[in-house]
Amino acid sequence: MSREGFVAMGERMMHGADPLARMLWRFPPYRWCVAVARRLGLTGRTAVIAIPYLWLLLFFLVPFAFVLKIALAEALIARPPYSSLIEWSEDTYLTIKLNIGNFLFLIEDDLYWKAYLNSGKIALISTLGCLLLGYPMAYAMARANPAWRNVLLMLVILPFWTSFLLRVYAWIGILKNNGLINNVLMGLGIIDQPIVMMQTDFAVYVGIVYTYLPFMILPLYANLERLDVTLLEAAADLGCRPTKVFFTITLPLSIPGIVAGCMLVFIPAVGEFVIPALLGGPDTLMIGRVLWDEFFANRDWPVASAVAIAVLLLLVVPIMLFQHFQSAEAEAGV
Amino acid sequence: MADVKRAIENVEPWNDPQAQPYVRIENVTKMFGEFTAVDSVSLEIYKAEVFCLLGGSGCGKSTLLRVLAGFETPTSGRVLIDGVDMAGIAPYERPTNMMFQSYALFPHMTVENNVAFGLRQEGIAAAEISKRVGDMLDLVKLGPFAKRKPHQLSGGQRQRVALARSLIKQPKLMLLDEPLGALDKKLREETQFELINIQEELGVTFIVVTHDQEEAMTLSSRIGVMNAGEIVQTGTPNDIYEYPNSRFVADFIGSVNVFEGRIVEDQPDHVRIESQEAGCPLYIDHGVGVTSGSRVWVAVRPEKIEITRDKPAQQDNCAAAVVDEIAYMGNQSIYHVLLESGKKLRITRPNQSRTSSDSITWEDQVFVAWHPSSGVVLTA
Repeated sequence: MSREGFVAMGERMMHGADPLARMLWRFPPYRWCVAVARRLGLTGRTAVIAIPYLWLLLFFLVPFAFVLKIALAEALIARPPYSSLIEWSEDTYLTIKLNIGNFLFLIEDDLYWKAYLNSGKIALISTLGCLLLGYPMAYAMARANPAWRNVLLMLVILPFWTSFLLRVYAWIGILKNNGLINNVLMGLGIIDQPIVMMQTDFAVYVGIVYTYLPFMILPLYANLERLDVTLLEAAADLGCRPTKVFFTITLPLSIPGIVAGCMLVFIPAVGEFVIPALLGGPDTLMIGRVLWDEFFANRDWPVASAVAIAVLLLLVVPIMLFQHFQSAEAEAGV
Repeated sequence: MADVKRAIENVEPWNDPQAQPYVRIENVTKMFGEFTAVDSVSLEIYKAEVFCLLGGSGCGKSTLLRVLAGFETPTSGRVLIDGVDMAGIAPYERPTNMMFQSYALFPHMTVENNVAFGLRQEGIAAAEISKRVGDMLDLVKLGPFAKRKPHQLSGGQRQRVALARSLIKQPKLMLLDEPLGALDKKLREETQFELINIQEELGVTFIVVTHDQEEAMTLSSRIGVMNAGEIVQTGTPNDIYEYPNSRFVADFIGSVNVFEGRIVEDQPDHVRIESQEAGCPLYIDHGVGVTSGSRVWVAVRPEKIEITRDKPAQQDNCAAAVVDEIAYMGNQSIYHVLLESGKKLRITRPNQSRTSSDSITWEDQVFVAWHPSSGVVLTA
């Protein structure tokens, strides 16, 4: 902005109708700020767009840089428990010490590999479980009487009103050896020994599917509700039977919803810590738990940070896929 | 195929007592809760006909079409297609195909796959499917667009994909819901003729739903005018226009001038009607068969009224008037004239010569007159 432009803007603000603007303009620091912003080419529009980026920079990128820094350091019994990257050696040279040993350690020790694989497996099976349970529910909601839809939607969101921890503890009460299910089955005489469900992978699956089901249902519902019913009528009119209509029309058109739902379940499920800790057994190996142990039991911050970064890198792949699907969907205008 | 040929040769099967209707709609009523969408409609439609259901929005025409397609079950009454009762037959088993107002093209399939969809449901060999799809796409002039997705097509192209998709199964009955509604005026006019050419080539029976009377007139062999769930009149476009049976039909199809009056003389070959509104005795050259003195309406189309400066010789159907407004349309002019009774008449006259030195203009004293055969007596 030219000097003339700035002066003209000042004129407008001095004599403009807005009393607040007039008052602000009399206040020199405000004038200086505006002048600096203008000189930097910052307009109101760019400022608005900059806010979310600033937020991400401050609360995502900067912490990530810290974690990366720790991952490249060496563990020390000190406070903080890691070496610093940049040091003055002999007070004259600035040396940067990068230690990739932590990452090599992740590859060498099969504990980490197994934890990653097992996390992936548990997240994958839970995602499939959520999809199989959530799709019919979302479908029924989308086809329900419009007056009922909001009530059903409310019921899906309702569990969020209670503490997540409390709900997971409630599952302990249901699944444990003298819990609800076993008591009912034994009371009915169907079994005479309690079925061991707590502290197994099964309990972890139940917990994850239960917790993340709304994240599957909501995007699926949003997608299925938009589906044009005349397309289904057109398919039926052309001689397509109802089950085939589902597989040739409804299912392909709901793929964006399925992808969104699966990503929303899979990504947090991989790093899930609380559910396997509370419901899983000692042999339920998940990366979130390994991470916790490294940080708090071993106090090996560098290795823990390396584990965290490896999780992030592994999750980038599905996130990129998700992005790709979304842009493809936007392009197709479906 | 022989009977198809006969149906085409026989131009007016509805006037042939020997002809068997191809589609029979018998007392079909459809209620949604307390609301009667279709009220005991009976229709007989013949093979290779283009039958238009014409009516304003909410008159039940689309509901009737959906009953035929099987998407709605009639509350009472039945539908027979080619002698088979359609009760209990699901949409996917009916010999009907529908072209939807929104076209309802499958967005995730190419044009080719959209058109092939119906054939794929029948387990036809892939080679035959691709041949028939190719032929159909050529017929609707979409060959070069076979690999496109619907969102890459223009409105007119989508309309033709929808047409091809429903025609390819060679349905006994083709149902079209506002087939040209989404096209702009110029494209609509071109497509009307294309649609009729394709229909004549394939000999398929069409039932077309439309709210556009012009579209109904151009497309159809017969029109069924609907109002409040009922069929109020059925007939050829000519019948409906020239001999409407009620003020509703007269007014819905084109514009019309209506005079209220009382019968003073009713003979088999003519009627005399006294009308305060017209301000002159009305004489119409057809009988009505109602009691003398009963209230009737006389409808006269705007283009059938003469407008002159000099008083015509005739006594009946002739009144003095003042020109109130003139609208020049290019091919014709529309005159609004006021009769002495205060009744406003709409008259259209073709502009035959480019300029006329003695043309009628605003506030002129004129006479309006029409032939005894021009008016229609309406009792409802």
